[in-house]
Amino acid sequence: MARRAGAVSWPGVAVGAALCLLMLGTLGAVLARAEGASLAPADWSAVRFTVLQAAVSALLSVGFAVPVARALARRRFAGRGLLISLMGAPFLLPVIVAVLGLLAVFGRQGVLNTALQALGLQAVSVYGFHGVVLAHVFFNLPLAVRMILSGWQGIPAERFRLAAALGLGPGAVLRHLEWPMLRAVLPGALVAVFLICLTSFAVALTLGGGPRATTVELAIYQAVRFEFDLGRAALLAALQFALCAGAVLAAGWLVQPGAFGGGMDRPVQRWDAGGPLARLMDAAVIAAATVFLLVPPVMVVARGLPGLSDLPAGLWAAAARSLLVALVSTALCLAAALALGIAIVRGRWSRALEAAGMLPLAASSLVLGTGLFLILHPVIAPYRLALAVTALVNAALALPFALRLLLPELRGIEAAHGRLADALGLTGLARLRWLVVPRLRPVLGFAAGVVAALSMGDLGVIALFADQGAATLPLLVQRLMGAYRMEAAAAAALVLVGLSFGLFWLLDRGGRHAAS
Amino acid sequence: MLRLEGVEFRRGAFRLTADWALAPGDRAAVIGPSGSGKSTLLMGIGGFLMPARGRLTWQGQDMAPLPPGDRPVSILFQDHNLFPHLTLAQNLGLGLSARLRLTPAEAARIDAALDRVGLSGLGARKPGALSGGQQSRAALARTLLRARPILLLDEPFSALGPALKSDMLGLVTELADETGALVVMVTHDPADARRFADQTILVSGGIAALPVPTETLFRQPPQALRDYLGP
Repeated sequence: MARRAGAVSWPGVAVGAALCLLMLGTLGAVLARAEGASLAPADWSAVRFTVLQAAVSALLSVGFAVPVARALARRRFAGRGLLISLMGAPFLLPVIVAVLGLLAVFGRQGVLNTALQALGLQAVSVYGFHGVVLAHVFFNLPLAVRMILSGWQGIPAERFRLAAALGLGPGAVLRHLEWPMLRAVLPGALVAVFLICLTSFAVALTLGGGPRATTVELAIYQAVRFEFDLGRAALLAALQFALCAGAVLAAGWLVQPGAFGGGMDRPVQRWDAGGPLARLMDAAVIAAATVFLLVPPVMVVARGLPGLSDLPAGLWAAAARSLLVALVSTALCLAAALALGIAIVRGRWSRALEAAGMLPLAASSLVLGTGLFLILHPVIAPYRLALAVTALVNAALALPFALRLLLPELRGIEAAHGRLADALGLTGLARLRWLVVPRLRPVLGFAAGVVAALSMGDLGVIALFADQGAATLPLLVQRLMGAYRMEAAAAAALVLVGLSFGLFWLLDRGGRHAAS
Repeated sequence: MLRLEGVEFRRGAFRLTADWALAPGDRAAVIGPSGSGKSTLLMGIGGFLMPARGRLTWQGQDMAPLPPGDRPVSILFQDHNLFPHLTLAQNLGLGLSARLRLTPAEAARIDAALDRVGLSGLGARKPGALSGGQQSRAALARTLLRARPILLLDEPFSALGPALKSDMLGLVTELADETGALVVMVTHDPADARRFADQTILVSGGIAALPVPTETLFRQPPQALRDYLGP
């Protein structure tokens, strides 16, 4: 093709190179340090536990998601759109807050055990394997529902009409329309959830622990913080990287991180699901999912409200640190995603750059953290850079999500207006200012909101780096929980949720408002 | 002169060759069946396609190394000729400065250009608030400001009704008379070609034929044109 090739877009190339340097540099530091270190039997059981809990979490999340998505796809009821929107919320809910909510329901003093005791039955414990899996299902069920629901919505309405015209019953519709879709969508959903659970740290830190419920991420943290055995931590980090890279490769390009996007609140007219039994089952499934997803956050609010009048010391300082980290990592992440996205859409080497942008999918917070810790440790006390490192790692880990959000929009802008911009000689910063940013503003605001909320609620690398002084808000909540100050923890969690969602709302709205 | 010396443009398996020249001030129509390569010809002159063979020159200078924005060319596409998020004044301003840093004198020129095309006082509007005809006028006003010696029109008025289209062709004629620009206009309507263009280029079978006087062409149409026009 003799089409004029776009020029090389150097900012994007620089971002791609910086990403490769960060990923490969930390991996190199980890591998160099891991040499000669050896693993204890406990570490191997951490590997087994990590893989097993991720597999079970993925199977359960996706397994429960299928009937929920099916019910949402074929029923219309008041609040359906709101419920589907709410399914996006757990993705932005800080992990530590969700754990607190789950403890309020399933914990020792939780609603469930109080009820069981009142009935004279034996209490159940939420700690250990099933607690970790429970929390993972809580987070990933909505994600899986949204992925599968978009598959269901992707079946053209005309097919269902044709099926009805041919008199196909529910069984035949399942076999000819729904099963082929599920076979295409389910592997991606399974791998996405598996990958998320593979790098689980905060859940394992709070609900797991001990020899029988430690993930590799948690083992890395313990090796650094408690034993200061950097060689073993490095070896564990190398192992974790291999696990993630293997899962990512297995996933191929099947996985779409974050099933966002519109068009999902359009119910399709169905003729095959009219039976009373089907109706009853769908209603029960939707009600059960709603209760499961709504009660824990509501419990956090209920338990946190009384504590708001007497907030724990250091809360506002921690909140300020969290806000700072969130804003810096959002700015970093979006600038990088924008530069990379423009280079992918316009310039040469777009495949290599897109691959570079997806590299962080194979990384985890603690692996990156360990690598940076090993690099920084000989030069400077790592805790001094705790906030900077947290902002950087959060930005890198959120980059694939931001990029996947921006890329389709950037392609659309280029397709509709690129020629005119070329004809007018609009290049570089002028093109960014007068074409790309104004057209991109709504999705830029949404992406900023997502990245800021994720960073705000992150409890990963900060736990590795922070000393007693420099806690962020999620770390403060975790420490309060560790000290069994549950009311104070719930109040701090409430502040955290308010700030996270407030930040998301402001940025998302800001983008949409400025665009109108 | 705009010279196409044995030029060949390729789009995938499609090839279009051209070997002729047009002089400043000429007005040429490009006519031919859809898919014959009329737009390809304009995209090639505009710099969106690189010639696979041959030389493309303006006043003796090779245009091939120049990106679209640096060519001595203004082009109007079928659609998307204005940025919907910018005001008319800003859209016109991009014809003067890509960074939109405008001096008071340039702002006055923008107002004058709007006046010239009959859009006085609408500089603060966004394109969405205008009719299709007004949008076409605004895009034409920007070509006035850019003042490039070649104006390429890729059926920019095809979505307008007959009366509006006639108005726009009249306006283009006036503006071209004032600036002395070479105008090359793609059209699928023989009436447009006869009204507007002194020469017509027939594009068919992968060849953009030598420009010939429009009246001669339609008086004795070659087989390819007869096939296109129908009985």
